[in-house]
Amino acid sequence: MPIMGLTGNYAVAHAVRLARVQVVAAYPITPQTTIVEKISEMVEKGEMNARVIRVESEHSALAAVFGAASGGARAFTATASHGLLYMYEVTWWAAGARVPLVMAVVTRAIGPPWNIHVDHQDIMTLRDTGWIVSMAQENQEVLDLTIQAFRISEDPRVYLPMVVGLDGFILSHTRAPVDVPEQEVVDEFLPPRRQPYVISPETNLVMGNIAPDDIHFLMRYSMSEAMEAAKKVIEEVDREWAKLTGRRYGGLVECYKCEDADYIAITTGSWSGDAKKAADMLREEGYNYGVLRLRFIRPWPTEKIAMAVEGKKGVIVFDRAVSMGATGPIFADVAHTLYGSNISLMGVIAGLAGVDMKARDFAEAMRMFSSRVEEEGRVYEPRFWLLPRRYRGRPERVKEVAKRWS
Amino acid sequence: MEERATKVLLEEPQTLFLAPLSRPALGSVGKTGTWRTMRPVVILDKCTGCKICWLYCPENTIFMRDDGKVRIDYEYCKGCGVCANVCPFDAIEMVPEG
Amino acid sequence: MVVNIRKLPDRYYIMPGNAACPGCPETMGLRYIKMALGDNVVLVIPAGCSSVIQGIAPRSGINFPILNIVFAAAASAASGLKAAFEAQGKDVHVVVWAGDGGTGDIGFQALSGAAERDEDIIYICVDNEAYMNTGIQRSSLTPYGAWTTTTWTGKKEHKKNIPYILISHGVKYVATASVGYPTDFIEKLQRAAKIRGFRYIHLLAPCPIGWRFDPGLTAKVAQLAVQTGLFPLYEYINGVFRLSPIAKKYKDPKKRKPVIEYLKLQGRYKHLLNKPDEVKKIEEYIENLWHLIDALEKTFTAEGGKGEAIYRSL
Repeated sequence: MPIMGLTGNYAVAHAVRLARVQVVAAYPITPQTTIVEKISEMVEKGEMNARVIRVESEHSALAAVFGAASGGARAFTATASHGLLYMYEVTWWAAGARVPLVMAVVTRAIGPPWNIHVDHQDIMTLRDTGWIVSMAQENQEVLDLTIQAFRISEDPRVYLPMVVGLDGFILSHTRAPVDVPEQEVVDEFLPPRRQPYVISPETNLVMGNIAPDDIHFLMRYSMSEAMEAAKKVIEEVDREWAKLTGRRYGGLVECYKCEDADYIAITTGSWSGDAKKAADMLREEGYNYGVLRLRFIRPWPTEKIAMAVEGKKGVIVFDRAVSMGATGPIFADVAHTLYGSNISLMGVIAGLAGVDMKARDFAEAMRMFSSRVEEEGRVYEPRFWLLPRRYRGRPERVKEVAKRWS
Repeated sequence: MEERATKVLLEEPQTLFLAPLSRPALGSVGKTGTWRTMRPVVILDKCTGCKICWLYCPENTIFMRDDGKVRIDYEYCKGCGVCANVCPFDAIEMVPEG
Repeated sequence: MVVNIRKLPDRYYIMPGNAACPGCPETMGLRYIKMALGDNVVLVIPAGCSSVIQGIAPRSGINFPILNIVFAAAASAASGLKAAFEAQGKDVHVVVWAGDGGTGDIGFQALSGAAERDEDIIYICVDNEAYMNTGIQRSSLTPYGAWTTTTWTGKKEHKKNIPYILISHGVKYVATASVGYPTDFIEKLQRAAKIRGFRYIHLLAPCPIGWRFDPGLTAKVAQLAVQTGLFPLYEYINGVFRLSPIAKKYKDPKKRKPVIEYLKLQGRYKHLLNKPDEVKKIEEYIENLWHLIDALEKTFTAEGGKGEAIYRSL
């Protein structure tokens, strides 16, 4: 298998080619755009047999691939930030229709002000929609996860659309060595498209007219059950991919030095690498940290998280998004997962708007958390704002900015 | 058959699967003949079987009889009166129901 | 091509017992689609009356396979559906059935995009001139003077001319039709079906509920709109424009019926019947509309009678 130097976005494009996607529709938005550029190039060079619909908006992009998927084609789109928000209505429609579909979301902050840099505020809006939501840590995983996404979404136990999240610029525009599998390997892994129904003259089916409220209720229940079933499918797919490629990620979550750890840091996405480095640093200081990286936000890995933190002294959650008036979204889910436990818990909101988080920033928060736990006993701190470094612990500087900017 | 349209058979039905599906069928909101306040009555002597009423009927409740004249399906006819208005021979009369 | 309605078989062109109001022009129009195109059709329907007309699952009152879709996305979902059929080597007519709001307001961006990309779909705007499904609110296609629940003293602006805008997109086929003239509509559908690329038909659909007229008069009101010159029937095929034969004579203002005959049948115009200035504005609108038709006729001609040959060949 050839090793290629690929950006995250090109890794997505190659995965889409290898998955034999038939219809692609997308609208330009930074930092997603190079995905569709690459796909268009491969299609026009004859390296890929697909129709690319150059739609006039993201709302139309998702509607077009949803239409294509409903008609029986393997379909793909990609977006970011405001593009995802613009297609938000259609994300619900596609999930409720139970049509298998894959989308890449290149995570990016939401304005105003305009900002093209990474945070997770955009992808977190998908939590309630019925999409399977995954996050990659590096470019190899981006490629693998995108191929797996078709298999997971098209599994008859699931039949839900799936999104692959990759962090804007950190992954999307940064080149790294990626082992690109041969077509035969992907063909062996990914069966021809399966879907629950096709809208066509042969089936004479109608999707989406008014249904009795109790039946609609049961449909929501059915989606929830499918999410539960997806947990098993995700683990199976991870194992099977490992058999073919030797690469295994751990399914719903990846545990880094969790077994012997006293403290667990929970993260998702590319900055997990920095969190892992921080864990290593803290181990040298005597705080035994492990990192639990969430590869999937939906379905929520309840059991995996509960198991990984069992018997630990504390859990610190890093959110790159915030639910205004509440906490970070991952923290909220971790908190309900740990209901009834006496474990110390802290939610850190950091890295918003693309503010860089280095290993030492993670280490700072983790050190502070562990020392508090060891001094105070049980800590429960649901919303701790880890400010950008130059404002951290300096409220006068924050005040100064507020004064100058207003 | 159409009653089961929401439940699509799966190869491996391992989970409860319900999708928002339907199939074309009569009476998707019931027997709409009960909506009628006025009833179209075909005056057979005048009916030439020109099919103009058949063409315009919004409800598809006008059918051709074997003798080439029209009949009305009162089970579903909503009594709008379009047929009576388009008939070139005044062969359809609207009479109050009940 | 001439449609012989006597030869059309007795069958369910729409399923009786659906949720349409009595005298609904939309179910009339949907029947004509099936008469014209048969069963090899998938409809894409955005939010609107026809979402409701289907009735309650697991039954549907419209006798076609349907992909229901969110309000703004009909043309784009249809583009994708068509692409899927093409990818599988299936030749299926993908037909959008959208209201005036779903076409000229919220769905306009997607429509314009699909038209510009020359997607191989038939887009039908079933124009009842307001948001009827939500309770008669004005749209950009509501005509001047009409009462709606958001224009209590009558709309102050004229109707947006969508078919003209579509001609400006340079698409393959644009036509106007009225449910008052079913055979004309059926013939246009059949001609459209023979062309590849983006095809647009604007179907006038008088709504008894929203326009405030007796439900038995749907066809008559739809005919009067044409006969008064308010709604010209025409076709535009590959750069050639022509008035439809049945409506050609209304080019001559003397042959048109007075617009008041159309207005007085409809409760939505009740408040302006005794305001001659208001009626005059509508008459002026008709004059301007025909100036535009005249310009289109003169602009989009084919030399040496080629234009008529194009129409006859389809």
